[in-house]
Amino acid sequence: MKSMIFAFVAIIVVAVLADVGLDHAGFSAQDVTSGPDVRLD
Amino acid sequence: MGRGSARHEDGVVAMAPIGISGLLLGLFLALAGAGPVVAQQTTTPVDRAATGGAQTLADIMARQQGLTVDDAFRRSATGNPDAAAAATDPLGTLGGVADAELWRALRFGSAEVTVSSRSPAAQVVIQDGGMRWLKFRAGPLASYGGWLLVGVVGLLALFFLLRGRIRIEGARSGVTMQRFSALERFAHWLTAGSFILLAASGLTLLFGRRALIPLLGQDAYATMAIGGKWLHNNVGWAFMLGLILITVLWIAHNIPDRHDLKWLAVGGGLFRKGVHPPARKFNAGQKLIFWAVVVLGGLSAVSGLSLLFPFRLSLFGAAFDLLNATGLPHLLGLADLPGTLLPQQEMQLAQLWHGIIAFGFIAVILGHIYLGSLGMEGAFDAMGSGQVDVQWAREHHGLWVDEVTAAKAAAAPAAPAAE
Repeated sequence: MKSMIFAFVAIIVVAVLADVGLDHAGFSAQDVTSGPDVRLD
Repeated sequence: MGRGSARHEDGVVAMAPIGISGLLLGLFLALAGAGPVVAQQTTTPVDRAATGGAQTLADIMARQQGLTVDDAFRRSATGNPDAAAAATDPLGTLGGVADAELWRALRFGSAEVTVSSRSPAAQVVIQDGGMRWLKFRAGPLASYGGWLLVGVVGLLALFFLLRGRIRIEGARSGVTMQRFSALERFAHWLTAGSFILLAASGLTLLFGRRALIPLLGQDAYATMAIGGKWLHNNVGWAFMLGLILITVLWIAHNIPDRHDLKWLAVGGGLFRKGVHPPARKFNAGQKLIFWAVVVLGGLSAVSGLSLLFPFRLSLFGAAFDLLNATGLPHLLGLADLPGTLLPQQEMQLAQLWHGIIAFGFIAVILGHIYLGSLGMEGAFDAMGSGQVDVQWAREHHGLWVDEVTAAKAAAAPAAPAAE
């Protein structure tokens, strides 16, 4: 059962890292579509 | 759907030639009669001389009857700036393009549009096929998909009522052997746990407004939907990681072999007591599940990536070009599929494809979950603790038990020799 619990924790960790990481890498919708004439950030 | 000439400035990073996705979707939509990708076909030729090329009463009547109307006469009626009257003449300031002609050009995607937003989709002001997508999503996709899942649950319930739980027929030996290692169990639960979250959040995205707002109210549902969207977008990465892991770990064990036909011929012993066909580490039923997960999971992942990075992965235009090159649409009596799609069309097709695959995937996994929990005694232990009773293993994976026993015996004499 330890492997199952560890896997569920890993899901949460990967999800959070993906969210934060992609934001930092500039993949959020506002980073992608914002520009000098359309300021979304 | 209109053929778009919208420019994708920094929108398209890669044209992913995912031929199989487009092939299957094109076939499905063509056969299901869904309109989005089928070019409109002429019914009877209409004489428009009386209206100077504009639509006639016959066109209006045909549309009201739900017949398709060849709209080429409207697509091309977008004005002629070269024939504009001088600015000082009556209507000269229109520049040769009437308002109706301007809106037609916008609707059918032939207008030159410049926007200050960087989004590739911003240049599309009117998307002609959008309503067809919306109706398909709310109509056939939701109803056929929903009834598929209800039907599968019903079939499993019926199977349980008739067959009951598949018990270990001999006495439990009390001795266990390792079926799956910690890494294998981790990989399975990473994939399975992600799948559950993705399925639940995905079904909420499709059915939530209809099914949950009446129950929860709009504010509570809004919170749930926002959370569900976050989950669906981010847990997808964990699912993709799990999918890669289980593919690497188990692909060698899931290559079909001669025992699979024998297993399938007797239905795996699922339907009658006392039937225990030979099986190695994975029986034919498990191999079917494995390949279903790899294929359906892979297709979901690719279309999901397209949806995660909107307007950046164009799957269907290239795939439709491939389909046209094979001549398959013509064989089915259809016109060529559109090779150039508007950004919104690509996203809509990706969403439909993602949804269709997901429903099939959920249906398959419902069967897997049933067998691995309620349906078969001793099955859950394999993925829970990793240890299974030897009697269970002999009944369901006899050849695998022999292989493991032989491997242990071969390793054992080497130990005293080393001493």
